[in-house]
Amino acid sequence: MTTGQALEPAIRVQGIGKSFKDLHVLRGVDLEVEAGSIFALLGSNGAGKTTLVRILSTLLKADSGTATVRGFDVGTEPGKVRESISLTGQFAAVDEVLTGRENLMLVARLRHLKSPAAIADDLLIRFSLTEAGNRKASTYSGGMRRRLDIAMSLIGNPPVVFLDEPTTGLDPQARVEVWQTIKQLADGGTTVLLTTQYLDEAEQLADRIAILHRGKIIQDGTLAELKQLLPPAKVDYVEKQPSLEEVFIALVSEAGEAGTADADRVDDKVAARKELR
Amino acid sequence: MTSLLLGDTGVLTSRSLRHILRSPDTIITTAVTPVALMLLFVYVLGGAINTGSNQSYVNYLLPGILLITIASGIAYTAYRLFLDLQGGIFERFQSMPIARSSVLWAHVLTSLAANLASVAIVTGVALIMGFRTGASVAGWLAVAGILVLFTLALTWIAVIAGLSAKTVDGASAFSYPLIFLPFISSAFVPTSSMPAPVAWFAENQPVTSIVNAIRALFTRQPVGDDIWIALAWLVGILVAAYAIATAIYRRRIS
Ligand SMILES: Nc1ncnc2c1ncn2[C@@H]1O[C@H](COP(=O)(O)OP(=O)(O)OP(=O)(O)O)[C@@H](O)[C@H]1O
Ligand SMILES: [Mg+2]
Repeated sequence: MTTGQALEPAIRVQGIGKSFKDLHVLRGVDLEVEAGSIFALLGSNGAGKTTLVRILSTLLKADSGTATVRGFDVGTEPGKVRESISLTGQFAAVDEVLTGRENLMLVARLRHLKSPAAIADDLLIRFSLTEAGNRKASTYSGGMRRRLDIAMSLIGNPPVVFLDEPTTGLDPQARVEVWQTIKQLADGGTTVLLTTQYLDEAEQLADRIAILHRGKIIQDGTLAELKQLLPPAKVDYVEKQPSLEEVFIALVSEAGEAGTADADRVDDKVAARKELR
Repeated sequence: MTSLLLGDTGVLTSRSLRHILRSPDTIITTAVTPVALMLLFVYVLGGAINTGSNQSYVNYLLPGILLITIASGIAYTAYRLFLDLQGGIFERFQSMPIARSSVLWAHVLTSLAANLASVAIVTGVALIMGFRTGASVAGWLAVAGILVLFTLALTWIAVIAGLSAKTVDGASAFSYPLIFLPFISSAFVPTSSMPAPVAWFAENQPVTSIVNAIRALFTRQPVGDDIWIALAWLVGILVAAYAIATAIYRRRIS
């Protein structure tokens, strides 16, 4: 990430259109993501978030428009784009038969990095998967699988990271952990484009937020800019109650301190969450 | 570029070989049906079959049995490829800067390794059952070469099936006709014993020439035209299946 490239947006999307037969999913999407920033793409189910991410990560060809990642065109220079990006798809893309450690080493080898074992061990620690590292990924809970999935995407420190609904299906504490990871990435200069259906996630993380609706970006701005779109909030004085989320995180993180095995921790939380519902 | 392809193919091949080592039952299962067929034909039906030679029936039967082994084994290749496509792992690979065709080649090489392992098991059982050959090392190598070519040709057909299947069952169903072909060939009985139209089909389908060529190599008979017809079939099928498979693959990833 040299200063020369900082002038150029890390991701530039201009007039991207994509249809599946009669279904016009994207109808001229425009957006720019500044290098080193976190960009959140909001949209309801079927809005086309995944479709856009797949186009940007060279898995799908757009029907019209252009998109560049670090100056490389996704349509004509897909190889260069792939060298700059990593994708964490909407559904965890891990090899179920391999262990967590082997999954990480596989990606490190495919990225032609030296000492894949050391890279794997380091990431297992970072994503609290060390205990489970030598178990098959098929035995992982959903949250563990997601953490492994994200860890796999960070191997080789790609300068641009796409995260498609990175926290869907995670319990509140795991969500906060993933948020921290994403913030650290951006602090380190990585450009992050994430999609989400959670408004609070966008609020927490994003430097800029765009809303994809009916195939177009209907709003694009900072959180403050988006908030100004609505009339100023009425001031009410109410006693501040802790939110359910805060209560839940407080409870399970106490319980989590005592537990050792990661699997127990996650499973307990899943059970607790079910009870709370 | 080539070194990238070789390196990535190596990494991905060791991945899918690990899949096989973690479920070795796929290799055993592949070997069980051919072995059962061999037992059935040698000990139950074989006595009534006149092969027109004084060779023991297991000697006559083995070439066809080996082809059946491979024809059923490649279904697993389609299956494994299909599972990769279903899970997100395939898209992960495609979004990474790796040689694009390495994903397919890894499955092809793994198929070769797994099928040759099954073939070795079946051959071992045949030896116990009294299979004998006077073939020289060169003869064995020629047989191995034909089997490798046969595996590659069928594996690329399996790749087509794996890439285009909509369901798990669809991914492996294509292999049933392939398993059935040896039955209408010279694999079990001489084609001369068949009614004329069936015999015509049997004599002109690829399995007969392949079986005859392998049988000739095992019994140290001159291979005659059979080997050239067999090679022509194998190379033809291989090239056609490879071309179709890569075309489907290219459409799928773009
Ligand atoms: N390969 C495809 N073939 C046909 N239609 C598709 C295909 N991929 C996506 N679609 C359709 O395009 C629309 C947008 O899908 P997409 O997955 O991009 O939405 P999304 O915003 O990611 O939704 P979600 O929040 O549910 O993940 C949907 O109606 C979907 O059915
Ligand atoms: Mg989606």
